[in-house]
Amino acid sequence: MPRWQGQLIKIDDYHWQISQSYKSGMRVPGLIYATQEMLESISEEQTPEQVANVAFLPGIVKFSLAMPDIHWGYGFPIGGVAAMSVKDGVISPGGVGYDINCGVRLLRTNLHEAEVRPKINQLVKELFANVPSGLGSEGKIKVSRKEMEQLMIKGARWAVEHGLGFQEDLDVTEEGGCVKGADPGKISDKAIKRGMPQAGTLGSGNHFLEIQMVKEIFEPYIASVMGINEIGQILVLIHTGSRGFGHQVCTDHLRVMEEAVLKYGIKLPDRQLACAPIESQEGKDYLAAMACAANYAWNNRQCITHWARESFSKVFGKSAEELGMRQIYDVTHNIAKMEEHIVDGQKMKVCVHRKGATRAFPPGHKDIPQCYKEIGQPVLIPGDMGRCSFVAVGTEKTMEESFGSTCHGAGRVLSRSAARRSLKGKDVVRELESRGITVKAGDIPSLAEEASQAYKDVTEVMDVVHQAGISKKVAMAVPVGVIKG
Amino acid sequence: MKRAFKIIDHTADVGIIAYGTNTKELFSNAALALFSLITEPESIEEKLSRDLEVVSENRDSLLIEWLNELIYLFDAEHILFSRFDIENLSYNQLKATCYGESFDPLRHRIKTGVKAATYHILKVDKDGSGYKAQVIFDV
Repeated sequence: MPRWQGQLIKIDDYHWQISQSYKSGMRVPGLIYATQEMLESISEEQTPEQVANVAFLPGIVKFSLAMPDIHWGYGFPIGGVAAMSVKDGVISPGGVGYDINCGVRLLRTNLHEAEVRPKINQLVKELFANVPSGLGSEGKIKVSRKEMEQLMIKGARWAVEHGLGFQEDLDVTEEGGCVKGADPGKISDKAIKRGMPQAGTLGSGNHFLEIQMVKEIFEPYIASVMGINEIGQILVLIHTGSRGFGHQVCTDHLRVMEEAVLKYGIKLPDRQLACAPIESQEGKDYLAAMACAANYAWNNRQCITHWARESFSKVFGKSAEELGMRQIYDVTHNIAKMEEHIVDGQKMKVCVHRKGATRAFPPGHKDIPQCYKEIGQPVLIPGDMGRCSFVAVGTEKTMEESFGSTCHGAGRVLSRSAARRSLKGKDVVRELESRGITVKAGDIPSLAEEASQAYKDVTEVMDVVHQAGISKKVAMAVPVGVIKG
Repeated sequence: MKRAFKIIDHTADVGIIAYGTNTKELFSNAALALFSLITEPESIEEKLSRDLEVVSENRDSLLIEWLNELIYLFDAEHILFSRFDIENLSYNQLKATCYGESFDPLRHRIKTGVKAATYHILKVDKDGSGYKAQVIFDV
């Protein structure tokens, strides 16, 4: 892969612009959040070119944005944010990604490290047995076709109605765990067949369930509102998405979009950017199908939450309520959302594509739950299994600058095969054990792909968004136990 | 004979380059490469067969849809294939019989969960020695 040769204009230490004149056809400039040092690695691949390519999409406003964790994706970079005017803009499945509503959910507990460490092996084993994970894993919930349709419409609520979780979980889930407008009629038979057996499963790859302990609190008051009170407190982080179901939805609709591009005469620099006008039939169909996949993913995280609580209850002999296992928040980082933003001083309805980016609304925003109105929307930023993860909140500047969006994680630096060549899964497990992190995985050799060395340091990514002002750092937690598919 | 395929690096995902003296061989080798990403192809026995028909707009998208069909069969029905007998292949249509068996966790080690074949940097070339196709998979 050749190095990117374009020019980045420095705005300040954390903002870098790709001029609109870089390529003929760009409708807006590109804007990358990064340090000078990070730009070196970002430019090693053609990632900035992808930021420029996104700027070609009809209806895009202000900037084609990229978060500091960007890396090379399909069409859109991962870590990309683009807002299109609903009136004359497009929707692009590539701007959402294959794993629709891949996201993270964080639970708090009353437990302290000192209580968990002695039982960590038992706890990890219990979670691994109780949460279906891994390739070809089938769910514990068996859904009929009819129920699958309900699940697509209701999202996390479907699980809660089936006794998997609490009503309060929905209150602290982005969109209440359900995007409106889901239409199972827009879902192919293939997607349903892939989705039914995988409902309520964690999956594999970079998905995980982590037992973490709070290591640092930067904003004690904000943290306390979320129920994060002390160093050593145990948290549970769940990272998964819409499994094969979302992939099939994306695959199916990319095909439709390929034809739509010709039909509507849209000129694109990369065919993975295939799109259709938001108001067109093709656009509406995709959004209705995307909503189904997003809801499927929320149901997944809801089911897993329940089984995680069950496992903790079993190991500690107390109910989830007694253990204080309240959900802090659930965010999606692969989605397109209809939102209102200020563009050129005017309120505008836009479709915000977040592909590997997290919504981060400021205090007082109408779409965040009452309990967080004062502090702003919690943002969950997972790192790799050997380092740490962050909790942050949205700010006013997030709204002004980045369509209420921030980063989503660490971002890879080593390809999967390069990681496998240079590391052994067994050694990764041993190294983590020596640092007090217990791991259980479906396939040990595959763990090499997920080793710390394969990822950017999430701390650097977090620092950029914090310094740039598009989110505020609240707390940091480190893994104690990791379950990988 | 040239090798059938090779695995290539891509930061977030995995890719293949498949070779073939003709397009039938190219499509068959691309499918073989896919299953070598998923598992050890030597561990797949020929216990069942499936007839597949794929129709698309052109040769490039036909290749992607052929691979996506096989990914679908693995993900939804847990079938692993190791041999592909391509009977008919035009620029937009393919008919094949695929041989393999159902996934058995005791005998098959799943290496990578391949979820989709993408159009990303997709390249199908022909030179003096035959055909070559580059495909990136989302995993």
